[in-house]
Amino acid sequence: MWEFLRHINKAGTTIILTTHYLEEAEYLCRHIGIIDHGRLIENTSMRSLLAKLQVETFVLDLAQPLQNIPPELHHVARLIDERTLEITLNSPTPYFLSLLNHYTWFPVHIATVAKHDGLTRRGSGWTKPENFVSNGAFRLKSWRLGRKIIVEKNHDYWDAETTKLDEIHFYPIELETTQENAFRGGQLHNIYSLHIDKIATYKKEHPDELRIKPHLASYFYRFNVTKKPCDDVRVRKALAMAIDRGSITKNVTKGEQMPALFFTPPGVAGYTARARIEENVEKARQLLAEAGYPDGKGFPSLELLYNTTEGHRIIAEAIQQMWKKNLNINITLENQEWKVYLDRQREMDYQVSRAGWTGDYPDPNTFLDMWTSWSQQNQTGWARDDYDALIRKAAVTQDPEARLELFQQAEEILMDELPILPIYIYTRVYALNPAVKNWHANVLDHHPWKYVDLEVKAAQ
Amino acid sequence: MLKFILRRILETIPVLLCVAAMTFFMCRLAPGGPFDEDKQVTAEVRELLNKQFNLDQPLHKQFIQYITHLPTLQSFKYPNRTVGEIISQKFPVSAKLGFFSMCIALGLGILFGVIASLRPNTYIDYVPSSLAMIGICLPTFVMGPLLMLVFSLKLGWFPATGWGGFSGDQFFASDMVLPSVTLGFFYAAYISRLTRGGMLDILTQDYIRTAKAKGASGLRVILKHSLRGGLLPVISFMGPAVAGLIAGSFVIETIFAIPGLGQDFVKSAFNRDYTLVLGVVMFYATLIIFLNLIVDILQVTLNPKLKFD
Repeated sequence: MWEFLRHINKAGTTIILTTHYLEEAEYLCRHIGIIDHGRLIENTSMRSLLAKLQVETFVLDLAQPLQNIPPELHHVARLIDERTLEITLNSPTPYFLSLLNHYTWFPVHIATVAKHDGLTRRGSGWTKPENFVSNGAFRLKSWRLGRKIIVEKNHDYWDAETTKLDEIHFYPIELETTQENAFRGGQLHNIYSLHIDKIATYKKEHPDELRIKPHLASYFYRFNVTKKPCDDVRVRKALAMAIDRGSITKNVTKGEQMPALFFTPPGVAGYTARARIEENVEKARQLLAEAGYPDGKGFPSLELLYNTTEGHRIIAEAIQQMWKKNLNINITLENQEWKVYLDRQREMDYQVSRAGWTGDYPDPNTFLDMWTSWSQQNQTGWARDDYDALIRKAAVTQDPEARLELFQQAEEILMDELPILPIYIYTRVYALNPAVKNWHANVLDHHPWKYVDLEVKAAQ
Repeated sequence: MLKFILRRILETIPVLLCVAAMTFFMCRLAPGGPFDEDKQVTAEVRELLNKQFNLDQPLHKQFIQYITHLPTLQSFKYPNRTVGEIISQKFPVSAKLGFFSMCIALGLGILFGVIASLRPNTYIDYVPSSLAMIGICLPTFVMGPLLMLVFSLKLGWFPATGWGGFSGDQFFASDMVLPSVTLGFFYAAYISRLTRGGMLDILTQDYIRTAKAKGASGLRVILKHSLRGGLLPVISFMGPAVAGLIAGSFVIETIFAIPGLGQDFVKSAFNRDYTLVLGVVMFYATLIIFLNLIVDILQVTLNPKLKFD
């Protein structure tokens, strides 16, 4: 529908669109007017409105009144009245509003938390279904370990009349094949992921149920730059140049993933990296020779660490073959269970290690600040002052274009130094029963459940 | 007999202590910890967590705390539940699955085994024996999905997953059939082999010939005279088998998405859920020891050659 509107708009027709959805307005419109209680409060171009939002103070209208804010937040938050909250930030944060959408910002009922062991204790009793207080469109009805979590419509929710469904049942099914069987058997309307082997079948037999959607996540390998041979940037470059990412996404992962020649998923908040890794076997061989390993001769043993999962194994095997064929080097694959893998990555006890990163909010910062020297997630041993400086500067830069330019420069350094080897940008591959309405895919996988509806067919 | 039971119970204490110590220390030797996730926590948070879960205490102190307070300890993975809560919520599911499977296993296994033993090395023997071989060779992770494919997806007779119907609380629901049959078949295969072997031994004994000679009916010879001896190997097998069955099958529970304890037996170790690992292992160990004791008592009662000493 959106594409259709864009199309006729491009053909020269002016479209006046009214919508409740700001994403829709942001996606489609160049000029925007905002009406509040019959009064036009904003009438400007989309670009200048977005620029205006890059401020250090946010005033939020609260759906439910708030009596007070905890003293430890007084320096950043202030209640103007019981329905208006003002938050002051250290620096302009363009992604602040989507940050508020992250689950770490979800409201909790303070009195309940205080009654059950308090905020700082992990696993305190307030999360138990009998104690849990929810202010969302649904509330927790039952949660028994290993069984489905049942949520029911919350009639006290401020917008309860929008809520369509009476109950939603979430099943904890670990195996993809079992998920798929339950879906085929009509027990589930939506499954989280579809097994690789099933994608082709679904394309042929159930195209109306298959969904393949972009996902804000990157699949990559970490290099340990403190260990031979990956301490040499020429070796890292050679390895990154000598794999055919297109062939991996086409023949191995098969889920229409995007071959990644850079790290940040493209199109995030107007940012697509201009840095590119060049896939060039000739150059890769040359670089390897310069590093002292002509035709792979004398190349030290290299071990690729991944956590035990079929999907990671087949990718690792494909890359192992490509390196063998293109660079004439032999690497060994080492799979470890999840916790051992994490431990070895944290202790830097690896040479090359499989990794993935999902963005917390749609902004390049959530991908690029990982590689600063102070980041917990870095775990490559790589650090560069100029890179750190760019990320620091971007955090305090007001002008959106200048800010994105800083990220561009940072990603160029990253793709030149390659402490990581990007492989592909994830997609979410799953199945959805067409009877489910208003379930919209988005890169962050956020689903406002109150809009979701189920079309019940009349008895046949 | 009472003295025998008491002595056996006393013997279990050092065994259980050894099991506890081995489990506890092996878990701690394994790399990685309960708070390792792909998003790293900061050093301060890690320190606070270690403190809350007493991981900052010396190991021997932790061990003593673990074995004295095990059921009330917090799980690391499901921190709002205690080890006792998790086991008592999940064990009944596994036990029920085990019970149904055991009924199928014993019923089919003994029936097939007896039939096979009556006419050894004829078709009456070959057919059930080869079925049993297939049962042993086909692992449950092949059999389960196969049954699911045929009976839930193609024929639509049973739901593919679940336990206890839509509410999850029904005493018996159609979703229990496939998992019970999958697990039961596997054990039925073993039991029928054991029964056949045991019965063949007994059926050539002199006292069976005597029974036949004095004119006892065929059915009476089997039920009264042979089964009692013929089932002895099955009974020794049943001790650990029953423990295995009712403590839950990781494979069956994973394939059919059943909320039983079997999954925790494996996953708690992967999650480095130190308290839950120990809880499940100790629970399982106690169960095995208890069931073996019952098997021993049964064997003495069935076999007059054995005495309680």
